[in-house]
Amino acid sequence: MKKVLSLLTFALAFVAMSFVGSHPGGYHVGDTARDFSLKNVDGNMVSLAGIKNAEGYIVIFTCNHCPYAKAYEDRIIALHNKYAPLGYPVVAINPNDKDVQPQDSYDKMKVRAKEKGFPFAYLYDETQEIAKAYGATRTPHVYLLDKDRVVRYIGAIDDNSEEPTEVKERYLENAIDALRDGSEVKVKETKAVGCTIKWRKA
Amino acid sequence: MSFTSNTSSFMRVSLLLLLLSAFGFSLSAQDIPFIKAEQITAWKNADTDTLYVLNFWATWCAPCVEELPAFEKLNKNYADKKVKVILISTDFKRNVEPKVKPFVKKRKLESTVVFMNESNPNNYIDLVDTAWSGAIPATLIVSKKKNVSRFFEKKLTYTELEAAVKEAL
Repeated sequence: MKKVLSLLTFALAFVAMSFVGSHPGGYHVGDTARDFSLKNVDGNMVSLAGIKNAEGYIVIFTCNHCPYAKAYEDRIIALHNKYAPLGYPVVAINPNDKDVQPQDSYDKMKVRAKEKGFPFAYLYDETQEIAKAYGATRTPHVYLLDKDRVVRYIGAIDDNSEEPTEVKERYLENAIDALRDGSEVKVKETKAVGCTIKWRKA
Repeated sequence: MSFTSNTSSFMRVSLLLLLLSAFGFSLSAQDIPFIKAEQITAWKNADTDTLYVLNFWATWCAPCVEELPAFEKLNKNYADKKVKVILISTDFKRNVEPKVKPFVKKRKLESTVVFMNESNPNNYIDLVDTAWSGAIPATLIVSKKKNVSRFFEKKLTYTELEAAVKEAL
């Protein structure tokens, strides 16, 4: 009987897990995000745990080809330059399959990182395992983690992808500032139109 | 052409569509109405027998462009069935003239094309459907009167699209 019960519990847990897995949101605010070890454009493997003196992490799923992602490149560089010295580095991850979108291959990532002089890690999620675990669906798609990797904000960088000069709400910066002064993150989730992640064809 | 307020913009768009369809026109490449978030709500709550097929796309979005022929085919095949296909461009505003209009003209799109004139998608994504994460292509098949609301955040084939429409009609 005990065995049957534990089997049943296991089965239920499995069903529950598969629901979570199929949820387009993946992680929600308050969940603890998994760490990873992904290849940076400089050839080194990067994990969150390996980043020294981090107070948190600005994980951004982004890519080379997407016009929305491109529109944010300079803003992501500025974010890193402002917040990395304060303990919040940007960790950019390209989750796109290179066969579906050749512009997002690892080699093209290296080219783009060099052209733009990315000061942050730009990692390739070749198996797409991390994008799936996080629940990323589009580029750009931000997950702000605190130092314990608890997700504190998910969504857009700000409220105007096309015109940086017309931004009124800096959602991500507001969330980081709240983490830094220990106050409540007021806007915890936002949505933005982005390029769908180019999933590997089965 | 741009529309501003809530119900009046809906009526104006409806009137425009009515006039155009009465004269057998499709919207010409020179004429892409700008809509605001309220227009989505207006279509979702419209007190008509029309089934709205709202597709969110952009000229640079490869999967969106790939599925456009399916929507064009639906628009053609269901022209007399009270099915209204509306292709809602989420391109950048500065690209409407140099990219979207030439694209619509070149592809000879016959479905209605409008431009989503909202700088902050966070203001309309959940209005479309709370299940929408923001990735495109995305499609909402909706009719309040028929009590239908089907949302897809993926590229659709004609078979999938027609099946969803048939089920709704």
